[in-house]
Amino acid sequence: MTYNILEKYEMVSTVHLMKIQAPDVAKAAKAGQFIILRIDENGERIPLTIADFNVDEGYVTIIFQEMGKTTKQLAKLTTDDTLQDFVGPLGRPSEIEKLGTVVLVGGGVGVAPIYPQAKAYREAGNRVISIIGARSEDLLILEDEMRTQSDEVYITTDDGSKGHHGFVTDIVLDLLKSDRKVDRIVAIGPPVMMRAVAGVVEPFDVETLVSLNPIMVDGTGMCGGCRVSIGGETKFACVDGPEFDARKVDFNLMMSRLGLYRPDEGEAVEHYESECEKETGCGGECTCQ
Amino acid sequence: MPVRQPMPTQPSDERAHNFNEVALGYTPEQAVSEAGRCIECKKPQCVKGCPVNIDIPAFIRSMKNSDFDGAIEKIKETNSLPAICGRVCPQETQCEMYCVLGKKEEPVAIGRLERFCADHEREKGVKTPQRTPSTGKRVAVVGSGPAGLAAASDLAKTGHEVTIFEALHAAGGVLIYGIPEFRLPKDIVQKEVDYIVQLGVDIKPDYVIGKIKTIDELKEEFDAIFIGTGAGLPNFMGIGGENLNGVYSANEFLTRVNLMKAYQFPKYDTPIKRGKRVIVVGGGNVAMDAARCALRLGAEEVSIVYRRSDDELPARREEIEHAKEEGIIFRLLTNPVKILGDENLMVTGAECIKMKLGEPDDSGRRRPQEIKGSEHVVDADIVIMAIGTSPNPLIFEGAGELEASKWGTIIVDESGMTSIEGVCAGGDVVTGAATVISAMGAGKLAAVTINEYLK
Repeated sequence: MTYNILEKYEMVSTVHLMKIQAPDVAKAAKAGQFIILRIDENGERIPLTIADFNVDEGYVTIIFQEMGKTTKQLAKLTTDDTLQDFVGPLGRPSEIEKLGTVVLVGGGVGVAPIYPQAKAYREAGNRVISIIGARSEDLLILEDEMRTQSDEVYITTDDGSKGHHGFVTDIVLDLLKSDRKVDRIVAIGPPVMMRAVAGVVEPFDVETLVSLNPIMVDGTGMCGGCRVSIGGETKFACVDGPEFDARKVDFNLMMSRLGLYRPDEGEAVEHYESECEKETGCGGECTCQ
Repeated sequence: MPVRQPMPTQPSDERAHNFNEVALGYTPEQAVSEAGRCIECKKPQCVKGCPVNIDIPAFIRSMKNSDFDGAIEKIKETNSLPAICGRVCPQETQCEMYCVLGKKEEPVAIGRLERFCADHEREKGVKTPQRTPSTGKRVAVVGSGPAGLAAASDLAKTGHEVTIFEALHAAGGVLIYGIPEFRLPKDIVQKEVDYIVQLGVDIKPDYVIGKIKTIDELKEEFDAIFIGTGAGLPNFMGIGGENLNGVYSANEFLTRVNLMKAYQFPKYDTPIKRGKRVIVVGGGNVAMDAARCALRLGAEEVSIVYRRSDDELPARREEIEHAKEEGIIFRLLTNPVKILGDENLMVTGAECIKMKLGEPDDSGRRRPQEIKGSEHVVDADIVIMAIGTSPNPLIFEGAGELEASKWGTIIVDESGMTSIEGVCAGGDVVTGAATVISAMGAGKLAAVTINEYLK
């Protein structure tokens, strides 16, 4: 199978948006689910949370940051290219219901999977407060989109170039300390951010969910590579998650498991860039892939 | 009576360092000579040991006259995957177990002969099969492993329009992700899958039934359904340290190696941890496969840790012997009680305990019991859990009336029909983890049932 790339652009430096033609996936997709893609025959299968989907036009949107070999290669694809594989929707959908006020926290590319949740919680009749953060203003994504789907939006940047100078957790804490009633918090972002949110909410009695993105191969429960420890119990993030109670997640274990292949990732990038250069002499900067 | 022809193999010291096929196959002379050992019993017993009813005496008779084309034609009347079955069937407990020669000496090497015929045909170029005119009925097959391929093949031969839905990106199920290249080369699997496509079967990869579509939705689109989703969920022991870095399920380890070709990293993008000292827990074929893959990835020491003794090892004897020849260490009557790790959560070894065999349990096998005070540490940087698999529950999502047993297997009647009319199931998803050939047998049975149902 091959899947067409309908649209692709760089949203901010090293963060890209891609719309993939996959009508059956779009039809079945729900907020909170993810897909697995493989670029070509030699490619690795990587999971990415669904950032948006359109049933009428039959596409699924993904947003990714260049990190390892696969995402670097993905970043170079254009609408003339195709993906070899695009599997989904995988994982359990978020349990969207009318709760009252829901706080959605997105950090970095984690804002992408927060967006469909904002839509869904809003549609279900909730008041949506969004807190989106980035290292600096020029790395912040989906601000306008989040504004259209939220009742309130807070922005934080690590360097203070926009919004609150600090972390998303500062705003979460302020909200929890205020006398406003919060019925659920959903936080998606880098593991350190999600761990920080789990820490901040600890003394408060508010349901808090995080969406985990550990290393996976098949995404259907077959390999167990994505196992995480939730309240001392082993769960497979691909089929039991990806959303879990933030307070119960063993973040240290998860972060350590995420680092398992770091040396290999480096080698893969090096190999990719040298192969690329061999062909074009471009130093890995071309679009030959 | 000439002796049974030995199977030529790659020397063990060589093959321990490559992923090329271990067993090299008979020469035509060897094949004819081995076929000549068949005494053509009046009442052949071998066939009753074959789950797919190959007319064994007939194909061997053709081989005696060097009519290999005739032989493969005979085999393919009932078996669409002969190159696979000839390699991975446990013939010693099936056809060859019933061979009368086996009473006094060694049985005819039926499996090796089957493999020879299939390889002979493939090397010549497989004849494109005739397509049967369409019945206009549509059948969905969920899963492209041995059960699904066998069912699809027979349904297509009847003239039904068959679509196989496969969750992974490649067809073949366990034949592709599980069984390693050195035992079952992937281009051979691909060729046999191609043959099934030539029969008119449409294969849709990347399609997870239960997620993108449910059984209930497929029922709307198709006249009948066969579920052959296998037993793909890895079991863990539930002991401490199983989530440490460096602990793999055999499924993950083998999938990375076989399906994703991690042994060719970085040419292929998927990495795998190459251990120096590897422990594989379990004693079945999957454990042997994982151990032998680890060795080929460059491990200095690979050991099988199994809680019963050599006699109870569930793997095929041939695989056990091959593993031993290659230098795999067998720590028998030994069971891990805890996986050990360092401050970075990396595996450093396993604390194991010695076992002894007590009274027989319900399965008739002697129950292993711990020997107190025999705890000891086996150093390792990779631990692979190969203690079995269970059916994947995803198939039940949106399959309203599909009845399951308490083990999560699908309940079927003797014809392979599930609790939903027009929906059959077979293979590991019904029996729990078993063999390629029994899954194929179940697929064929279901095809008969579906053919009847669609009349």
